[in-house]
Amino acid sequence: MDLNKIFDSISFIDGVKLNSEANIIFVTSASLLAVADKFKNDVNIDFDFLMCITALDNGDSKNFTIAYNFHSNKHNHSVEIRVVVTDDEEVPSLANIWKTADWHEREAYDMMGIKFYGHPDLKRILLPEDWEGFPLRKDYKVADYYHGVPIPKDKSYWE
Amino acid sequence: MDLSLLERFDKDNVVVEKLDTLINWSRANSQWYFQFGLACCAIEMMAAAAPRHDLERFGAMPRASPRQSDVMIVAGTVTLKMAERVKRLYEQMSDPKYVISMGSCANSGGPYWQHGYHVLKGVDLVIPVDVYVPGCPPRPEALLQGLLELQKKIMTETPLRKQA
Repeated sequence: MDLNKIFDSISFIDGVKLNSEANIIFVTSASLLAVADKFKNDVNIDFDFLMCITALDNGDSKNFTIAYNFHSNKHNHSVEIRVVVTDDEEVPSLANIWKTADWHEREAYDMMGIKFYGHPDLKRILLPEDWEGFPLRKDYKVADYYHGVPIPKDKSYWE
Repeated sequence: MDLSLLERFDKDNVVVEKLDTLINWSRANSQWYFQFGLACCAIEMMAAAAPRHDLERFGAMPRASPRQSDVMIVAGTVTLKMAERVKRLYEQMSDPKYVISMGSCANSGGPYWQHGYHVLKGVDLVIPVDVYVPGCPPRPEALLQGLLELQKKIMTETPLRKQA
C-alpha cells in the first residue's frame, strides 16, 4: 500500500494533511490517537512496528516537531507522520498501543522536554533525575556545576 | 629500577634488599585491576587483557570487585552521572590504590570537550590519577606502557616511611 492510499484511509480524521513532496503525513496532537488507532487496527495498513520517535526543536525552543516512523512487517510498507506542538502543549502517549513508544517518549521528554499524557512512567531515561533543563533544546545553557563538579567551558587555559 | 629480584641472587641464594623494595616489588607485579569499562576504550582494554597482548604476564588480572582491586583503569567517557559512581567505586577500593586514566575522554573529556554538556572534563576532577594514557582509543601497547610506567612509579615509593 503506498502513501496516498494510506493517507486516503485516514484523511477523514480532522487535521491530517499530506505533504507529498516530503512523503510525510502531518497530524495534530488532537488527532494523533485516532490516527494511531487506525494504523494499528486497520488490517490493510497494519503498522505493527513503531520504528522510531524523533523530537526536533524548530529553532526557537517554543515549537517542536515529533516524527513517528511506522513500518508494517506484514505489508512491507512504511510511513512517517509528524506532529507540530508548542512548548506548553501535551501530546498523547502511544505507549499503550506500541510498547516501543514507552522509552522513545521518555527520551523525547529527557532531551527536549516534550510532555506526553497517558504515559505509564514519564521520567528521564538517560540523564540523572535531578538534572535541570532539557539539553537538546536550542536555548539550553550548560550549567557551571553538577553536584559540585565543575563543567569548564573556557578553553583558553587548556591550550 | 629493574623489577627483577632474581638478578640479584648472590652465591648463597640470598637477596639482601630493603623491605621497602620487597613490598614495592610485590605491589608492582600484582596490579589487579578493576574490571569495568565505560566506552570504546574498554574494548582496547579487553584486547590488552586477551592472549595476544596478555596483561597477565605483568601480573595484572581483572577483578570484578573494588575490594579486591589495586588499580582502577578508567577506560572511556565518564559522564557526570557516572562520575559519582566512579568516585564511590574508587573510595571502596582498599589502599594502596592507583588510577590509570585511559584515553582522551578520561583524560580531558576528549571529543566531548567543546559540546559535551553531560561529560566530565577529565576524571582527575573527581579522583586522583597516577598515569594518563593518551589516545582515542589507545592501542593495547599504549595501555601496557601505562601499566609499566605505573610499576616504575610504585617502585619509587617508600611504604614503610611516612609520606611527606
